[in-house]
Amino acid sequence: MAFSQGFTPHPKISYASAAPTGVASEAEYLEIGLREPVDPEQLRLALDAALSPGLDVLDAVVASGASLPDRIEASRWRIELPQVDPDVLAKAVAVFSAAEEVLVERMTKQGRRTFDARAAVIGIDVIAAPTTPSEDPDVPCAILELVVRQVTPSVRPDDVLSGFRVVAGLEPPVAPKVIRLAQGTLTAQGAIVDPLDADRDGATIGGR
Amino acid sequence: MSVPSTTPRPVAANSVWPRLEPLLPQVTKPIQYVGGELGAVVKEWDTATVRWALMYPDAYEVGLPNQGVQILYEVLNELPDTLAERTYAVWPDLEKLMRAHGVPQFTVDAHRPVRDFDVFGVSFATELGYTNLLAAIDLAGIPLLAADRTDADPVIVAGGHAAFNPEPIADFVDAAVLGDGEEAVLEITGIVREWKAEGCPGGRDELLLRLARTESVYVPRFYDVDYLPDGRIQRVVPNRADVPFRVHKRTTMDLDAWPYPKKPLVPLAETVHERYAVEIFRGCTRGCRFCQAGMITRPVRERSITTVGQMVQQGLEFSGFHEVGLLSLSSADHSEIGDMCSGLAEQYQGTNVSLSLPSTRVDAFNIDLAQELSRNGRRTGLTFAPEGGSERIRKVINKMVSKDDLIRTVVTAYTNGWRQVKLYFMCGLPTETDADVLEIAEMAHEVIRAGRAATGSKDIRCTVSIGGFVPKPHTPFQWAAMERPEVIDHRLKLLKQAINADRSLGRAIGYRYHDGEPSLIEGLLSRGDRRVGAVIRRVWENGGRFDGWSEHFSYQRWVDAAAEVLPAFGVDLDWYTTRERDELEVLPWDHLDSGLDKDWLWQDWQDALSEYEQDDCRWTPCFDCGVCPAMDTEIQIGPTGRKLLPLTPVNGLKLSTGAQQ
Repeated sequence: MAFSQGFTPHPKISYASAAPTGVASEAEYLEIGLREPVDPEQLRLALDAALSPGLDVLDAVVASGASLPDRIEASRWRIELPQVDPDVLAKAVAVFSAAEEVLVERMTKQGRRTFDARAAVIGIDVIAAPTTPSEDPDVPCAILELVVRQVTPSVRPDDVLSGFRVVAGLEPPVAPKVIRLAQGTLTAQGAIVDPLDADRDGATIGGR
Repeated sequence: MSVPSTTPRPVAANSVWPRLEPLLPQVTKPIQYVGGELGAVVKEWDTATVRWALMYPDAYEVGLPNQGVQILYEVLNELPDTLAERTYAVWPDLEKLMRAHGVPQFTVDAHRPVRDFDVFGVSFATELGYTNLLAAIDLAGIPLLAADRTDADPVIVAGGHAAFNPEPIADFVDAAVLGDGEEAVLEITGIVREWKAEGCPGGRDELLLRLARTESVYVPRFYDVDYLPDGRIQRVVPNRADVPFRVHKRTTMDLDAWPYPKKPLVPLAETVHERYAVEIFRGCTRGCRFCQAGMITRPVRERSITTVGQMVQQGLEFSGFHEVGLLSLSSADHSEIGDMCSGLAEQYQGTNVSLSLPSTRVDAFNIDLAQELSRNGRRTGLTFAPEGGSERIRKVINKMVSKDDLIRTVVTAYTNGWRQVKLYFMCGLPTETDADVLEIAEMAHEVIRAGRAATGSKDIRCTVSIGGFVPKPHTPFQWAAMERPEVIDHRLKLLKQAINADRSLGRAIGYRYHDGEPSLIEGLLSRGDRRVGAVIRRVWENGGRFDGWSEHFSYQRWVDAAAEVLPAFGVDLDWYTTRERDELEVLPWDHLDSGLDKDWLWQDWQDALSEYEQDDCRWTPCFDCGVCPAMDTEIQIGPTGRKLLPLTPVNGLKLSTGAQQ
């Protein structure tokens, strides 16, 4: 691992659009600077061995070309809303989608900020849920999938949920479960492409 | 290239994780409750016969780096039929949610309820963790009072330095272990294993009796305390046959045979120390009269230079830490410290590894060592601890440092490039007057003046840091009266004024101190008897938690609780704190044997009052403190004459950790 110069050297590591605390993720990306070239698969195994169960390093490639933040244009999120009726959610989504702009507030490191949660949302679907996740099958659970463009300030799933409260008064009775499913570059069709694809050899493209 | 897949986190059958997880987004720093650190061990519940939950009763960020818990965790988990998991104090935000949702105190390793374990071991470095003990017991669903527990509850064992007087928590713990834990936990494990194999004959009572018979596990329920009409203790006696009159401390000899931690825990959350710490020796015979650690950990037992070298190499390789702490009570006193520091500095030159030595000795040698350790370019801070401001008070506390020594040492540090040093003192020492404390200001002024003269620069600073003196059991000051908080606070204010009386010098001097109030409560708890348990309980009932944290500690809560419950016993807060004891008074911990001869301690107390100093038996003949003959131990020191060899650089990536199961 390479270190920055200076009095207190820091390891060279940078995270691109890390998921907020309390949010699950299947797709986090980071860049690491190394002192010398190593085989990416060996690196992956070594990092994976040192990390906690549940924190799995799935792939490593040698970076070339555009930096990681430039390759992350959007995220796909899945939000599970236990004890929320899917029909109620669908109505809120319809109002939200029809709006030009939905202003929400959040505390950031710079203090309380107001911003638009609507424009960055480029895909929003209520999933019919035959597979009620984890909990009691008798309790309804609405499920939402979102594709959100990477903007500044970032629009997070909780901002979209705040938007539902603003436009439709939707107030989830229990804490929602949020999972980031994917992030990467955005195709013209609105699909998300793995940001590491650009650095993979042809054989492994789409291998995940 | 193979396609790896995500491994779902294994969830143990008795795990509270499914109920805990939804609560975590609502609390601060949820990662501290998640576990899964490098070095953590999760075993199948059913493969283990003896199951330990180990607790450091403070927040995760303080508790995780604790050496004692890490060592015992590793020692226990190396046994094939034993499992050990860790638990820490949960912050009030999570405690509230856990109560609301019926989630019990859990381990961070496999999130199992603490109540499911056989033994619940709690390590007390300080008495201020007592309210957190009560919070954890209650949150675990275990009856608060040891007397109310059944075979369904774990045996609660206290350890750590505070366990040398566990009387204030005697109602809440089932047992206490004095001294080194490595062999003690193995012996306890053996007793539990055997008792379970026999089908748990006699239940909990029989198990405790078997533990008590070792003569090194104290089981408070087997002892009755009688009081005199004036409130003093008349006697402490066993209340059943074949329980020893005195319980003796454990001493682990030959530290080279116990090279732990081998696989230090590497936290995901931020903690107070992120380093590989290795004890280079245990025990200290400098004889500072206020220092309980020095008194109760005798004799001095060194770890050899080669074992230290090997531990550092393996510990760093396992953990990836960039900092190494060479710990002990007075690290510069190791017989091979020079070769150790230069050898390690050589081995890690040109890497990102920095080495640190908690430096308490006030002499130029210490600066040589610090120079050696900063070869990598990173200067660690220098702290010198004269402890007392005046020559007189330093004789009282047996800290043999002259003012000239100190000035010379600090000036050497400045001329060697250090810009800042820290000076540590105590306030509230026995016989102390305002004048003793005010001399700290003169000393600091002189340090700055001499430093400026020697370096020709105004760019030098020192920080004066003041701790409150708390008399501790098993020290010559166990009989001493504490000073009242108002007097301490007034002295600290006078000192501040004296430091700033010269504006130019004062600007170069930082000043840090603690108020007198928390020390008084620590004094109540450290020298308390069983009656103090009622105060702890009342404080806990009134919301007391995390008493070691100034933002959580409430002096008033303790004063009120003491005023409510102590008068029924005919005593009060002052009786425990500001009252001097006489020679013949039975002290609450007299039946607990630290090896120190009580007559020797009393003589040393008298020597303190007459300002007579005591040498260190590491270099001078034995002065009969009593520990070695009583415990059948001896001083174990080098030099071994061996050196650290240059390391062969390890190339390549480390792939297997072997710790996660």
